[in-house]
Amino acid sequence: MHIPDGYLSPSTCAVLYGAAVPFWYAAFARVKRLLHTRLVPRLAVTAAFCFVIMMFNVPLPGGTTGHTVGVGAAAVVLGPWASMLSLSIALLIQALFFGDGGITTLGANCFNMAIVGSLVAHLVYRVVAGRTALPSSRQVMAAGLAGYAAINASALFVACELGIQPLFFKDAGGSPLYAPYSLEVAIPAMMVGHLTFAGLAELIVSSGVVAYLQRTDPSLLSHSSSGGTDGARRQSASRSGWGSTGPLWIRLALLMLLTPLGILAAGTAWGEWSARDFSSPELRQKIASASGNVALPLRQPEGLVRLSSVWSAPFPQYAPTFVRRPLFGYVLSAVFGSGLILGVFCLIGRFSATGNGATRASP
Amino acid sequence: MSGEARGIIERSLSSFVVTLQRSFDAEELAKKKGLLQRLDPRVKIIAIMPLIVIAALARQLQVIGALFAIAVATALLSKVPLGMLAKRVWLAVLTFTGLISLPALFLTPGRAIYSLPFLGWTVTGPGLRAAAYLTMRAETAATFSILVALCTPWNNVLKALRVLRLPTVVVVILGMTYRYIFLLLRTAHDMFESRKSRMVGQLEGRELRRMATASAGVLMSKTLQLGGDVYLAMRSRGFGGEVYVLDEFQTGWFDWVVLALFTGIGVLAFWFGR
Repeated sequence: MHIPDGYLSPSTCAVLYGAAVPFWYAAFARVKRLLHTRLVPRLAVTAAFCFVIMMFNVPLPGGTTGHTVGVGAAAVVLGPWASMLSLSIALLIQALFFGDGGITTLGANCFNMAIVGSLVAHLVYRVVAGRTALPSSRQVMAAGLAGYAAINASALFVACELGIQPLFFKDAGGSPLYAPYSLEVAIPAMMVGHLTFAGLAELIVSSGVVAYLQRTDPSLLSHSSSGGTDGARRQSASRSGWGSTGPLWIRLALLMLLTPLGILAAGTAWGEWSARDFSSPELRQKIASASGNVALPLRQPEGLVRLSSVWSAPFPQYAPTFVRRPLFGYVLSAVFGSGLILGVFCLIGRFSATGNGATRASP
Repeated sequence: MSGEARGIIERSLSSFVVTLQRSFDAEELAKKKGLLQRLDPRVKIIAIMPLIVIAALARQLQVIGALFAIAVATALLSKVPLGMLAKRVWLAVLTFTGLISLPALFLTPGRAIYSLPFLGWTVTGPGLRAAAYLTMRAETAATFSILVALCTPWNNVLKALRVLRLPTVVVVILGMTYRYIFLLLRTAHDMFESRKSRMVGQLEGRELRRMATASAGVLMSKTLQLGGDVYLAMRSRGFGGEVYVLDEFQTGWFDWVVLALFTGIGVLAFWFGR
């Protein structure tokens, strides 16, 4: 997960440092506002904790062991902002003194693990835990899923960053200058290990820490709050609904504006061919070369032809028919897709709030 | 005690001990009278960090190779044992990056230059260059960055980061984090060791997982407790939120000469590596 020096081009590193800085700044301002003079000692010890937790060996089912990043546990107990700062400091010390991750790639590593990981873990935990009481098993499950989702989201970001390198950076002879594998190799290669072992290790640690704290020191979870740093905010957020999600909306909007970057990707993703692609000699050649030169069927696969007409997407290829410019098509698709996802999560949240209203009312 | 349980506890203990040992190694090496040891830590950072970036920018394998040779020469002049570098950096990077770049030899499209006997897999020219770029860049950058860590007391490296315009409060937090890492490592080490000394019989996988996660939970509780204690201790000494760093570093003529030399190397490498 820690990207070493030399795997990413300096321009990618600069972009990811640039992407991380606003998050660091916002997190620092927010944590400082909540902690005041407690900021320095609290962040120092939690960063030290994040460093040490990365050294724990976790036994996994099947007799193997794994290391964790601890992002799930950190985000649940400390809150997303303190978690992203603590993990970033731990990653800086790892890079400087232990060679775990590079110096040029530090921004990327912090962005992937500390920032994306903390935000995803927080979001998943909040959605799954809903308003359940602290001692409930759903809180444990939520923490586990938060850790699992966070580590996989981070891995996906790593894979994408590595996978775009050969697309943009080649020498005069056509050799990739940095990470040599394209997205169709990098994504499965990263995700297989993280969807299984690494994800499982993170799930075990996140859920295990929350289960342990429920039994022994629930105050840390109730304040995941005052014990942590974002607790008071989190409690007020749960009272005021969407009140504290302003910065997340801004970032979502920024990501939507960045979606036209997809236009830069040449060709078709492996396995996402349409039936028509099998009729074009040029595309047949590309599909064959991307598939280890396995011979393609001479005609369009019948099943593909039959099933591809079952459902017509409203925005095929992220390009709504009524939008002429692909740039706007991408942005519009991002708005529509994000709106749908948010709508579904709103419904789930409302449903779970209704279901757990009685539990929350009890002292 | 089962072999699995022993393995997990001892592997965790070993991770903690290795971390402590590396810090002690750096303290020992930093006392030697070598090239890097004589430099102001700030000069070390602004002389060596750009070389890591230039190694990442270079598009010529020869230039990356030359930078690697300069890193090795710097290590020799700084009395860093090459055996230590080979074991800690070169072999570790070669194992990790070498394994990752191995498939690129065969998967990168291009002119075939060699065919493996029996298997019939062909190594391509661009594949070989891609693997060489990745491995050499990773080796060179790792050697330069570990040299700074090996030849400077770690708290001085953190203080010297002020030269990169890091805010004072961040530098103070980094310094404190460094100190508390060792305290928490010691705490974790003691927790695992005391558990190990009390264990008889066999622990199942589920129990082992419970033990590991409970240890993480205890450490989390202790950490937050520690944060409160440290804060109270700081308040009792008059801390009111303002932070300062003692700027005890001093540069001399030797620092400026070496900085000029490394800057010259960086400019040349940048020019020829385009």
